[in-house]
Amino acid sequence: MTSTQPRTAGSTDPDAPPAGTTAKRLKSGHGDRGGSRVFRWVSTGAGVLILVILAAVAIFLVQRAWPAITADPEELASRISWFRADSLLGFVGPLVFGTLLAAALALLIATPIAIGIALFISHYAPRRLANALGYVVDLLAAIPSVVYGLWGGLVLSPLVTPVWQWLGDWFGWIPLFGGSVSPTGRVMMTVGVVLAVMILPIITAICREVFLQTPRLHEEAALALGATQWEMVRMAVLPFARSGIVSAAMLGMGRALGETMAVLMILSPGFAYSFQLLVAGKQQTIAANIAAQFPEANQTGVATLIATGLALFVITLAVNMAARAIVARRKDFSGAN
Amino acid sequence: MAQRIDVKDLNIFYGSFKAVADVNMTIEPRSVTAFIGPSGCGKSTFLRTLNRMHEVIPGARVEGTVAVEGVDLYGSEIDPVAVRRQVGMVFQRPNPFPTMSIAENVLAGIRLNNRKMSKSEGQDLVEQSLRGANLWNEVKDRLDRPGSGLSGGQQQRLCIARAIAVKPQVLLMDEPCSALDPISTLAIEDLIAELKSQYTIVIVTHNMQQAARVSEKTAFFNIAGTGQPGRLIEIDDTATMFSSPKEQATEDYISGRFG
Ligand SMILES: Nc1ncnc2c1ncn2[C@@H]1O[C@H](COP(=O)(O)OP(=O)(O)OP(=O)(O)O)[C@@H](O)[C@H]1O
Ligand SMILES: [Mg+2]
Repeated sequence: MTSTQPRTAGSTDPDAPPAGTTAKRLKSGHGDRGGSRVFRWVSTGAGVLILVILAAVAIFLVQRAWPAITADPEELASRISWFRADSLLGFVGPLVFGTLLAAALALLIATPIAIGIALFISHYAPRRLANALGYVVDLLAAIPSVVYGLWGGLVLSPLVTPVWQWLGDWFGWIPLFGGSVSPTGRVMMTVGVVLAVMILPIITAICREVFLQTPRLHEEAALALGATQWEMVRMAVLPFARSGIVSAAMLGMGRALGETMAVLMILSPGFAYSFQLLVAGKQQTIAANIAAQFPEANQTGVATLIATGLALFVITLAVNMAARAIVARRKDFSGAN
Repeated sequence: MAQRIDVKDLNIFYGSFKAVADVNMTIEPRSVTAFIGPSGCGKSTFLRTLNRMHEVIPGARVEGTVAVEGVDLYGSEIDPVAVRRQVGMVFQRPNPFPTMSIAENVLAGIRLNNRKMSKSEGQDLVEQSLRGANLWNEVKDRLDRPGSGLSGGQQQRLCIARAIAVKPQVLLMDEPCSALDPISTLAIEDLIAELKSQYTIVIVTHNMQQAARVSEKTAFFNIAGTGQPGRLIEIDDTATMFSSPKEQATEDYISGRFG
């Protein structure tokens, strides 16, 4: 669409300042410049502050985990009742694995659904329905994770057990669904579903914003070539939103990685490197493990738990950096220029 | 390839607002028709109804008929998507897809048509379309670079290449040069002169000299006042329009007395 505003504002513009003020403004630019200087200081300060906080957290974690990192594994085993591994790495490893598995599963379930909902809201639904839906999605984000945990443990687990059973019966030959399916539903798959529901709102909300920002120009370019609505979405909207989708997914993954209560209340824990999603007592996540053991832990125990926390910190950083790398890789083609 | 367009009693509405009223005109094949008129008189609005692009604006609708080679575009069994594949459009601001390379941009329309095309066929079509748009020599070494890395004028020619790659019957251009410098403008005008041997071309422009230079026919639209619908005042051979128009309003507009 071309501009529908008159092009000949210029001298007849009623909002134009009277002659003479321009000169004055040029001379007394001090106020504005002062403002921008303050802004620069504030923004630089904020940036530095974030780095400082990040460094402080890292230092804290390393310092407090140090006793566990340097301790003899046998000493750890003798002092900590729940330490059943032959080294600290052997203890952290399965937890890292469980954490990544839970987050990846949640992301795998949530991202396509979130993109679908966001697209529906931004490009398919009539305006009113879209607004209502957007509102509901935002509300979902406001539900505290304990509530999700309770719901997952009390309502969802029994509900999905027959489904998992069916999956195990028919698709048991796929390693993911193999093993003896738990009759309680307190398994990784259920955790994945609950975490997916938890991260769905944030991913949806960001995707919707990004989709809505697709330049009208590009959408019309696709439509004018004879694209259907879906082809237009594939041609103009999704490529434009790619980096936004990645960011949204990473934000969601960040939440899933650190989620404590929901996992704690649903999963029956275990310490194996196991991909069996339907079998109880196989995996555990770092955050849930910390929450479960912390109240009873002695000094060495706390240090060990903090070491696992350090691992979680590193994972989260790595995930974020990976996301940035993905976003940057095709920067030339991003449409930002 | 080129086809004739007959517009009859066309009224265009945005919701309850009547933006354009009672347009009747015939657009000849293998020629360039220019639309001129003051801002807001409905040139873009009317142009968009020629390939049903107005339908992407919520609330926009038309009454009347637009027939391409006798087939009413607004007939009940006509698919707007099919119409747009026949009637291509170039916009005021160059809009290559930023996420695609130059070559991909040219082939974007072909991909939509789901036509299976071998790699060499695709390359040939890219070259042929870019040559058609007078852009080949400038970009042949960087076909896999993003289209957004080109200059404005080059981007606009890329958009024209993209539009002609699907071999439409008609090419609509809404102020294609208004964002360009004089050199790029001339390049595009030359291009229009070449393209008219194959396509029916309709161009909206605010530039009288441009209308005089490129078009065979000129249509003048005007608006009586704000809130009034725009109307077609007259359409005639460009030479006649610029030397001895029938309507006083046309003469006033062309000689710069208002608008
Ligand atoms: N999307 C829209 N919704 C509602 N009204 C619109 C819309 N687009 C245009 N109009 C109105 O329709 C009328 C014609 O607009 P149009 O853009 O077709 O004018 P134009 O002749 O192309 O002007 P310009 O030379 O400035 O591009 C104007 O009154 C404008 O306000
Ligand atoms: Mg216009």
